[in-house]
This record gives sequence, C-alpha cells and structure tokens, in this order.
Amino acid sequence: MKFAVIVFPGSNCDVDMYHAIADELGEEVEYVWHDEDNLDRFDAILLPGGFSYGDYLRSGAIARFSKVMAAVKQAAEAGKPVLGVCNGFQILLEAGLLPGAMRRNQGLKFICRPVRLTVENNETMFTSAYEKGEVITIPIAHGEGNYYCDEQTLKRLIENRQIVFRYHGENPNGSLADIAGIVNERGNVLGMMPHPERAVDALLGSADGLKLFRSIVNYWRETHVVTA
Amino acid sequence: MSLLLEPSSAMIKEQKLYREMGLTDEEFARIEAILGRLPNYTETGIFAVMWSEHCSYKNSKPVLKKFPTDGPHVLQGPGEGAGIVDIGDGLAAAFKIESHNHPSAIEPYQGAATGIGGIIRDVFSMGARPIALLNSLRFGELTSPRVKYLFEQVVAGIAGYGNCVGIPTVGGEVQFDPAYEGNPLVNAMCVGIIRHEDIQRGIATGVGNTVMYVGAKTGRDGIHGATFASEELSEQSEAKRPAVQVGDPFMEKLLLEACLEAVKSDALVGIQDMGAAGLTSSSAEMASKGGFGIEMNLDLVPQRETGMTPYEMMLSESQERMLLVVKQGREDEIAAIFAKYGLEAKAIGKVTADKMLRLYFRGEVAAEIPVDALAKDAPVYHKPSKEPAYYREFQAMPPYIPHIEDYNQTLLGLLAQPTIASKEWVYDQYDYMVRTNTVVAPGSDAAVVRIRGTNKALALTTDCNSRYLYLDPEMGGKIAVAEAARNVVCSGAKPLAITDCLNFGNPEKPEIFWQLEKAVDGMSEACRALETPVVSGNVSLYNETNGEAVYPTPVVGMVGLIDDLSHITTQSFKQAGDLIYVIGEAKPEFGGSELQKWLEGRIFGKAPEIDLEIEARRQRQLLAAIRAGVVASAHDVAEGGLAVALAECLMGADGLGANVTISGDATSELFSETQSRFVVSVKKEHQEAFEQLVEAKRIGEVTDANVLVVNGERGETLIHLSVAKMRDVWKGAIPCLLKSKD
Repeated sequence: MKFAVIVFPGSNCDVDMYHAIADELGEEVEYVWHDEDNLDRFDAILLPGGFSYGDYLRSGAIARFSKVMAAVKQAAEAGKPVLGVCNGFQILLEAGLLPGAMRRNQGLKFICRPVRLTVENNETMFTSAYEKGEVITIPIAHGEGNYYCDEQTLKRLIENRQIVFRYHGENPNGSLADIAGIVNERGNVLGMMPHPERAVDALLGSADGLKLFRSIVNYWRETHVVTA
Repeated sequence: MSLLLEPSSAMIKEQKLYREMGLTDEEFARIEAILGRLPNYTETGIFAVMWSEHCSYKNSKPVLKKFPTDGPHVLQGPGEGAGIVDIGDGLAAAFKIESHNHPSAIEPYQGAATGIGGIIRDVFSMGARPIALLNSLRFGELTSPRVKYLFEQVVAGIAGYGNCVGIPTVGGEVQFDPAYEGNPLVNAMCVGIIRHEDIQRGIATGVGNTVMYVGAKTGRDGIHGATFASEELSEQSEAKRPAVQVGDPFMEKLLLEACLEAVKSDALVGIQDMGAAGLTSSSAEMASKGGFGIEMNLDLVPQRETGMTPYEMMLSESQERMLLVVKQGREDEIAAIFAKYGLEAKAIGKVTADKMLRLYFRGEVAAEIPVDALAKDAPVYHKPSKEPAYYREFQAMPPYIPHIEDYNQTLLGLLAQPTIASKEWVYDQYDYMVRTNTVVAPGSDAAVVRIRGTNKALALTTDCNSRYLYLDPEMGGKIAVAEAARNVVCSGAKPLAITDCLNFGNPEKPEIFWQLEKAVDGMSEACRALETPVVSGNVSLYNETNGEAVYPTPVVGMVGLIDDLSHITTQSFKQAGDLIYVIGEAKPEFGGSELQKWLEGRIFGKAPEIDLEIEARRQRQLLAAIRAGVVASAHDVAEGGLAVALAECLMGADGLGANVTISGDATSELFSETQSRFVVSVKKEHQEAFEQLVEAKRIGEVTDANVLVVNGERGETLIHLSVAKMRDVWKGAIPCLLKSKD
C-alpha cells in the first residue's frame, strides 16, 4: 500500500506523518509537492499539519486553491482514504470536502498538549482497529480548532454517524458538540484536529494513534485482496 | 530621507551628527584616519552599526577571551553563526543563544518573534537542520498591567513564530523580579543537527564569485536596530519602535527549506544571515573572514519600498534575508533551488581581491570602506572596572536565617512564587512536539530530543539564577553553569558544551563592567571544571531603564548527549516503594534565595557557595548510576530548596506521595538553596548498586498515599500536604496572577 504526504509551502508536520508511515507502520510513503496534479499512484492521501502559505488569512483558505487539491478531490471521489490532520483538516473544510468551518480556539491561544478522545464511531476505514467508545490519548497543537457548523449539518453529522472522535472530559478549544474529528458522508475523508502521527511511539508518550493508520491499511488489504 | 537631504560629510563632522548614531568623537576621528577622508552619510552609518557593541563586542571582547572554547569534541567555536560539537555517528549539534531584549521591551510580540527568527537563521546558515528551540525570559513582577502585557505578548510572539516554522520549543525558563520591570530579557536558543561534511561557514572567497541575495525584500524596518540595542532604554525608547522589525515565519520556513537544499550544492561558497546590521554586517563579515572584498550594486537589491537610499538599504534589519556567495557561472543552479520555494535568489555583487566593501548606487560609488576596519579591526576597549559598594556590604553581612513557624504554609507559599510555579501556561502555547522527537517535554529538568536514525538523544536546558549573580557575580557565574550541567545530568546526559547570552547593564559604568568580568571569571572556571567549553554566544549590554540596570544575567544554554535512549531520566517519582535519596548536605544559605525574596521583598547577603570539585564529582557519580540503570528519577535542588524539589518530584507522578525524614536544622534542610544537591529515587532492588556508585543519604520512600509527609529527626511532622493541594497552588499561580485586575 502506498501513502502520499502532501506538502504545501508551510506544512510542518509532513515529516512526522512520513515517519509514522515509514518507520512505525512500515508501509510505502512519498512526499508530494503542492504543484503536482496527479495522485493516481497512491492508495491513501495524507494532508499534514502546519501553516500552509503562512495561514495569514483563514487557515487553509489559500491551500485549497493549490494545484494538488484537484487531485486530492479526485482521490476522494474515487473512494480512496483521505486523512487531513490539523491544518489538513482545515484545508479539507475550506475545500468543501468536509462540512463546517473552523474558528479560533475559545481561549484565543494556541494549545499544545496531549488530550483524551472518545472513539465515537469505530466502523469507519480509519477507526476499525479501535473499540467503540475507546478513550485514547492523542496530542493537539493548534490555534484554530474550534469546529463549527449549522444545526442541520450537525444533525446530519449525528444521524450519519460522521462524528468519529470527540474530546473526552475537557474540551480544549470550544468545538461544537466536543467534535475532534469528522468524516464525510461516504466515510472515506477524515478530518481531525488531534495529531495521530504524533502518537505512534510510546517513547514519546502515546502510541494510540497507530491504530488509526493500521485501520487504513486493514481496509486497503480487505478491499484489495492479493492473489498470489 | 531622500539622498539630496542627507547631511554632507562636512556637516556630519561639524555638527557631530555621528553622535546620534552612537559613535564617539574618537571613533569618528579614527574613521577619518582609516579612510584618509571624511566619511559620507552612508559610510558613517555603516561604521556606526558595525562598531556598535552589538556587532563588534568592542567592550566585551577582552572579557570573552577568558572563556575556554576548546575541547576534543568542538568542531566550531565562537565566531560563526553557531557553535558545533561532535555527537558521534558523523553527526554534530549546532547551537547558539541570542538576545532580543530591547525590541521586546518596545514591541513585545514582534520583538520576541524576530528574536526566534534570527536565531533559527544562525543555525541553518551553518547548514544544520534546526530541531529544537529554547528560551530564557525575565520580567518584572506579574502585578503591573505593563508587565503582564509584556509577558503575554512575548510568549505569544515566541509561539507565533516558532509554531509556524515548525521547530518545537522544548524548554526554557521564566523568572520574575523587579530588576526587570522596565527591561525584560528575551533570550532564544536554537539547536540543530548536521552531518560533519555539511558544515557551512559565513565566508566570501574566490575573486569573481557571485554575491546573491535571497529571502524577503529590504524595507525601512529595523534601521539602526543594532545601535538601538547598544544603548540604555529610557522614556524616549517608545520612539524607537520603527527600529523593531516585523517577522514573517512563513518566509522563514521557505528560506529554511531552500537554504538546507542549497547547502548540499557545491556551488555554494558561503552563506550568512542578514541579522543585526543586515546587508552591512553579512557582507563585511563574510569578506573579512575570507580575506577578500565585496562589491555590490544596490540598485539590484530587492526592495519593498520605493526611493530607498544606500544608507537605508545597508542599515535595514528587515527579517528573513540571507546573503550567499556562489561560484561564478553556477548562479542558475542555486536560483533553481530557491525558485522551487517561490523565492528569488538575486545576484547583487561579486567577490573582489582588494578587501574593500564597495557599494554602487545609480552608477556611482556610494561607499568604499576596508572590510577589516568594519569587522576584525573594529575598536576594542578595556573598560575600567570597580567593585561596587553594595557587594562589600553584602559580603560583610551576617548570614540571614529566616524564622519559619509553619512549614506547610511556607512550602505552599514558595510553590505559588511565579519563578517556582508551573510554567504550563507558557509552554502550552508552544508546539513542543512537532517533528515528533520530543521525549521529555517542558517541565522536567532538561528537555530531551531524540536523534532520529540513532539510539541517541540530546538533553537541552537554559539556566541562570541572576539573584546569586547580583549578590556575587563570580559565585553566581559558577552556579549558572553548574546548575545547567546538573539539569542535563539529571536527564541522563553527559554535558557537552554551552552557549551563553550575557545580559548586563551599561558597561561604561565601572561597577557594571566589574559584574561582567567577575561573572565571566566564574563561568569560565565552572566550564573548565565541568568540561563544557563555550562554543557560541551573544552579549547584550545596556540593559538599563532610566539608569537602573537589570541583575547580571548570563544565561547558560547547555547541550548534553544521551548515548542510549534507555538512559533518559525525568524528575517525577515513578512507583510506590522506591527509595528516596538526597545527594549533598544543606547549609544555612538563604542569601538570594526564593524564601528571602518572598519574606523580605528583596535579596541581600552572600550568595550560596559552590565547590566545583564536589559538583563535578556528584554529577559524575549520578550519571554513572543513571547509566547503570539504577536510578528511577533524578531532580536537582534549586530555587526553594529540598522541600520544593520534593514537591516537584510529585507534580507529574499520578497517585503517588512521599514520606521522608530529615535530620539537622529543618529550615535549612528544607528551604536553603545550598548548591550541588539532588533528589533521586531508586527501586528497592537497586539500593545496593546505587549506594555503591553514589554518596547519598536515604531519606524516605515513595508512597501511594498522594501526600507529601516530611518528619523531623524527633519524629515530629513538619510537612503534611496533599499532592492535589500543592498542584493546585503550583499550577494556578501564574494564570491567577494574569487574571487579577490590580
């Protein structure tokens, strides 16, 4: 299985995503510079965190116009797993691949700390390795993670079980309904503020993020039965 | 100001206009002699910035020479963008600390942010990949609205810049004292990793090679920043706000990635950051170091504003700019690398043989100055030094012994002192995890960052207790280095080398110069004793507001090497039943202590003493025990003494407590700040092995009771506090002070 890590000017969690896949998961992975327009050779697309184009405007507002985003949309339409973390989530929202928008954290400050999440839906291609209701520890590091959407959207998110992760206990940023991560209706595009790629090695405090990547690989293996 | 309005050479001399730029009459005469003519306005400005203390170290050079700078593992000592030490496996650590005090006093967000930007460029200009940032901050008491504003904005500025560039801010220190009320200190340290063969230097060689400009365009910001940094702050300093630059961390990130690609190319001859004194210092220093000259056509300099004069371009300190020297004919290769990141590498000049800095503007020579006169031959002054009267008084005082009745309240009171209290409010705002190598996050003794692809890690810390330095700069200087080494050792690392940022008052005052001299003497002695040479550093003098100097604050940034990831140790107690030891005895030393400051509202008397031989021995023993795998946790005893150290060992230890018994005078034993002490916990099965390796006294054990109990030698209970209560006070202190409205 082959992963793409999309690199926008100003991405800075690209290296972490790369190493999570290459070193901890042991799968193939490649950096893809923002000016590429073809992602056909990849099985899953990862949009890492950072400050794309400096994020001086709204986070992700410029990155959505990047050349590579058209290819990301195609991959999403083709049903490939697309994961956006932190700035990657913000970009997916701006690009319309996920519903809703991001506001500044309620406390108006950047927050970096490990937080606890509840796995709300373990029946997605990103979460099948988790138990339903499992509480996991994954770090956050963001200034704009206060997720918001209108009432109908929230209703739909709940009905379709699109809320995949919620903050457990304290909500660090004021997000609506404690939302930490959501998928699209089809279930193949996940956006989340916490950084699973920062939680793949117990040496650094938590390996709870590894199951997310394993779920993606499991899904891919199941849907691509290899005949010897 | 347009060119036509610039004062003529004669006017500069007659009206002594050079004085406004910080040059003395003698210095102006010297310039006249060097040039054999009067300098024009641009040349006067160039001399003024290059001969400022900030760029030339003219007042501090004779003192800095005393630092030991050599060692078998030193690959690059002071004088380049950063110092470099070997860490094995063909790798090296490049690091430096630098101040951005004056800009931060005037415009705290941008002042702090651009300080981070500058130190990052210093490290990647060596070819090193920056892997960690640290800082050291000093503010007045957190009671005035102004100080709260400075504190909040400085932290926001550091976070805003570092988080965006994607380099984790893994550690640092913050202290509060009225001595910094008008003149906060903002010191930033950057650490990078480099392969030996990739080390770059800021050097211009090879006649005909091309000088290329990359990064942000030059604007009118930061003009005379270096000069501003070399004078005292006053009520008029607000007017210097235009001398503060504005940072663009996104540009920095692009520049960083592009430069690290460019250094892999053998088309690159030299590279240097346009830091203080911008285009002037980078070109003059690179040429002087290489033994060549540089000529540049200023019409080609990318400009953000129209109508800029040579004076403005040469003195601008616009951020995120680098100067490169590239082999003639290979400019396109370098330009292509930068183009990938949307940056233009523009040829603006060439290397010459005549050792002159020659600038052309609109077809005419705008300045022509021997490069050595600006760099290596800048003036050096041996300032008079005088022992201050206060020092003699302090030394003559009888020892100060506080009278303590309630040990519980005393410990809680100390935990609420902002200097001791949790700094979570600060480091929560820093992305300390990006690049996923941070093994020990902020809050322990030293930060630990693993080196990917090896089984090694670096331990990093910044330290300086300036109260001791004020009472006794020589003793305090020794302690600053020793404490940094203690922190590094506690994390399981062998101390390798230091970088220092010497923050002092006005060196033209003999008493201040004396502080500088003595502090450097003490630091040098400790560096020798602990085998940690000084490989880089920065001097920030003139830290005074309306004539009042800050405490002498030579911040020590130390790098240590952990050979094996299994040696990584933290300060938190690990498990009930573990034995608690203290290394070192307490003496009644309260001069400059947190307790004295709190109870008396000021500090006086003698600083704690330190015996460097004992210090070195204890550090060696503790490190040997850690490496032998018989230490569960290790923490140094610092501000607030043993009681605070024990409390700190419990703050991050969920569900644990401690039960200890002390002997001797309880007040000294618990709260004195005697040096060279550690609190260590050891698993029972390692008791014998530990005791063979380390001279230490067993004082109790870790419990699962979630309380700290300290008994006196007659069995009386001195302290009985729940960990939850201590944690509340300790974590709540800073947020609470920031919220209070008075």
